[in-house]
Amino acid sequence: MSESGAHATLDLRGVMCPINFVKTKLKLEMMSPGEVLEVILDSGEPIQNVPKSIKEEGHRIIEVKKEGDFFRLKVEKG
Amino acid sequence: MTDHFIQDKTTKVTVNLEGAEQKMDFNDLKSGGFIKQRQKDLFTVRLRCPGGKLTTEKLIEISKIAHKYSKKGVVHFSFRQSLEILYVDYKEFNAIVAELEKIGQKVASCGPRVRVPTACGGCEYNPNGLTDTQKMAEMVDKTFFGTPTPHKFKTSFSGCPIDCARTKEMDLGFQGVVDPKWEEEACTGCTICAEACKEGAIESDPDTGKPIFDPLKCIWCGDCIRACPTEAWRPKRYGHIVRIGGKHGRHPMEAVEVCSFLPDEKVADAIRLTIEWYNANGKRGERIGNTLKRVGLDNYLKFMEPVFQNNETVKA
Repeated sequence: MSESGAHATLDLRGVMCPINFVKTKLKLEMMSPGEVLEVILDSGEPIQNVPKSIKEEGHRIIEVKKEGDFFRLKVEKG
Repeated sequence: MTDHFIQDKTTKVTVNLEGAEQKMDFNDLKSGGFIKQRQKDLFTVRLRCPGGKLTTEKLIEISKIAHKYSKKGVVHFSFRQSLEILYVDYKEFNAIVAELEKIGQKVASCGPRVRVPTACGGCEYNPNGLTDTQKMAEMVDKTFFGTPTPHKFKTSFSGCPIDCARTKEMDLGFQGVVDPKWEEEACTGCTICAEACKEGAIESDPDTGKPIFDPLKCIWCGDCIRACPTEAWRPKRYGHIVRIGGKHGRHPMEAVEVCSFLPDEKVADAIRLTIEWYNANGKRGERIGNTLKRVGLDNYLKFMEPVFQNNETVKA
């Protein structure tokens, strides 16, 4: 586990929809339930779409931090 | 193929129906969903597919029938989501209808009556969907299909404000909406809802990050509810925005919004009463949008009060 408390981190800045979600999904599929993935997303379209898709897949967003023009999310695998 | 481009102007022919020789008027056939083509003796048979949905099982059976009866072996997806079998000889009407009936497939209609409702996928499988448009379309088809009206009467159901079923162009359209409710205790001030809102209806408080909601900008799409990580935004109620008097064609008209948040269980009443008003006030050959212009929207709204009251009427 890294210092951020996450088991893995995906920096998806500059990655377009829906590739950013697909990458998140694939990463989560390789993890075990309860493990935490940190995802970094751009504001605008990525932050409008990716969190709701993550929720629809049954995962939990446990922390959201805005840092400038991007967001740092912690996602717990469902 | 010799008569491919020959335009046939005949409307009456002698036909042998159930053993008796009769004069059949092609124009009457439109009420039964048989549409005369340019080509002599050939018709389009329009099927009744509410919401544009078919089981694969039925589709296979329809394909076989279409293959057997279409002289050119082609079908066409109509603009209102129904399947049309092209190039069918009128002498084979009885046979094709009997075969379609056997698989439980009805033929649609044209002319001055309630048409087959159209609908998007709706909340059953579309992530944006707020209402069960397919279920509603099925209900409307079952209850109102073919009801005579002064002119054609088209209905549609969209599951969300993206409005793929174009309710603004319908005689009577229903578009799904959700009223979002925010609970402070569950909110972490993450600001995702403000980012997710495409209408600028949510701003984040600069200090706490918590949402400041402007209901005047909200179009009730539910993006905030779906985006919120902590369920601080929840659905308070679902319903339909009701629009009336729209049409396309040579002189398009945009429908006007007459009710917001009409619940599912009042949709049938809204349609029943609207048809009643239209039949009482509309002239033959006049779309309801023009009847509303002539008679006045207030007259309609007063008539609809039993159904629309207690639901907000907006921008009337």
